[in-house]
Amino acid sequence: MSKLNPNYENSFWHHFSQWVKGEYNPIDGQLEMNAPDKEVFGDEKIHYVHLHIVKTQNYNERMFEEGIARNIRRFTGLYRILGVLVALFMICLLLWTVNYLPQFGDPNAPENNEVAERYIEKGLEETGAVNIVTGMILDYRAFDTFGESCVLFVASCCVLVLLRVDKDDNPDSRAREDMEDRHYEPKNDMILQRVADFLVPLIIIFGIYVVLNGHISPGGGFSGGAIIGSGLILYLTAYGFEKTRHFMNERVIKTLTVCALTFYCFAKSYSFYTGANHLHSVITPGTPGNILSAGLIVYLNICVGIVVACTMYSFYTLFRKGGI
Amino acid sequence: MGSFLTNYEEVAAVILFVIGMANLLLQPNLIKKIIGLDVMDAAVYLFLAAKGYIEGRTAPIVVDGILDAEHYINPIPAGLVLTGIVVSVSVSALMMALTISLYREYHTLNLDEIMMKLRKEEE
Repeated sequence: MSKLNPNYENSFWHHFSQWVKGEYNPIDGQLEMNAPDKEVFGDEKIHYVHLHIVKTQNYNERMFEEGIARNIRRFTGLYRILGVLVALFMICLLLWTVNYLPQFGDPNAPENNEVAERYIEKGLEETGAVNIVTGMILDYRAFDTFGESCVLFVASCCVLVLLRVDKDDNPDSRAREDMEDRHYEPKNDMILQRVADFLVPLIIIFGIYVVLNGHISPGGGFSGGAIIGSGLILYLTAYGFEKTRHFMNERVIKTLTVCALTFYCFAKSYSFYTGANHLHSVITPGTPGNILSAGLIVYLNICVGIVVACTMYSFYTLFRKGGI
Repeated sequence: MGSFLTNYEEVAAVILFVIGMANLLLQPNLIKKIIGLDVMDAAVYLFLAAKGYIEGRTAPIVVDGILDAEHYINPIPAGLVLTGIVVSVSVSALMMALTISLYREYHTLNLDEIMMKLRKEEE
């Protein structure tokens, strides 16, 4: 632009032209990243791997001597042939079955029976949910969905048991842990942080929208919870654990999940109990189409969304560093 | 008889299912076995979604107050697919965690090698 400008050295265009020429890197000095070098695969580890290879070679040689390797190879060959045969048999059997299925999109197929008809014709009136699938899974079959949420919770508990790394709570070990976590991950990546600043609020708001509108539009607790969880994971990759630890630590996740599951269980038990005994229930379907309609479905969707978001986030953190 | 050429969704689902099963049977690598199982899950969802579709009808979300079963597709397979997705996510995560702990113990993902080492340990 104007090289006549006395302040040219500090101007935007100067930096820009330098950046184009490759002389200036705005991320220089801010991005910390350890290349996967000797620090991780240090001499000790390489030595170990060599030892391992030597060991396995010796092992194979001994196996040759004993003649077991021949048996193993024969078994592997036989197994492969049998596997291919089983797969071919399965594909023939299933294609033969498909041949006898009713026409695709046939309204008179046996699965389009009075059950589906009942859900469609009475669903709006009985549950108040415009989205019939949501009305079905969170009202008629609410305990099925409760079981699904419990499956997610139990799965995250099992992963926690399997992958947990024992640690103490003093700041030193936490700092060391963060150092180790950051071996392959770039730290303070400016591009990622700016993009995350922009995208994370949008993603989380969109997730909340999907959860709250589960009964009047496509969506619901599962999809919305997964969206919120992905937003949290993006924030975590951009800013690291020291930022997310304040609002998403183990205690918060545990409390949120257990409270959501307990509320779900009691709320739905109440509505089933009053319904089965012809008691007066305080829950009314409301005006279909409003946000606060459809009785309990909104609250149950929120519970499911919380459980799913917490589970997705804890899966990610557990697989990444073995702790929440 | 002979709905072979019109039911290509179901045919695709069956082929996907067998691809996943062959992966599960023939791959010695544990991660690839998990991928095979997920492919099988996807095949089941495709099959269920194809079963629920009815020609010329819309998604089961009430529009303009039409409460006629002739107007919407079958909502039940959608609910079943939702259940399936949740269970498959949980199962995948659990299997990945088990694979990681096996790798930490035996330093390999090959199931044959793990079996050999196990047998050697037993001796």
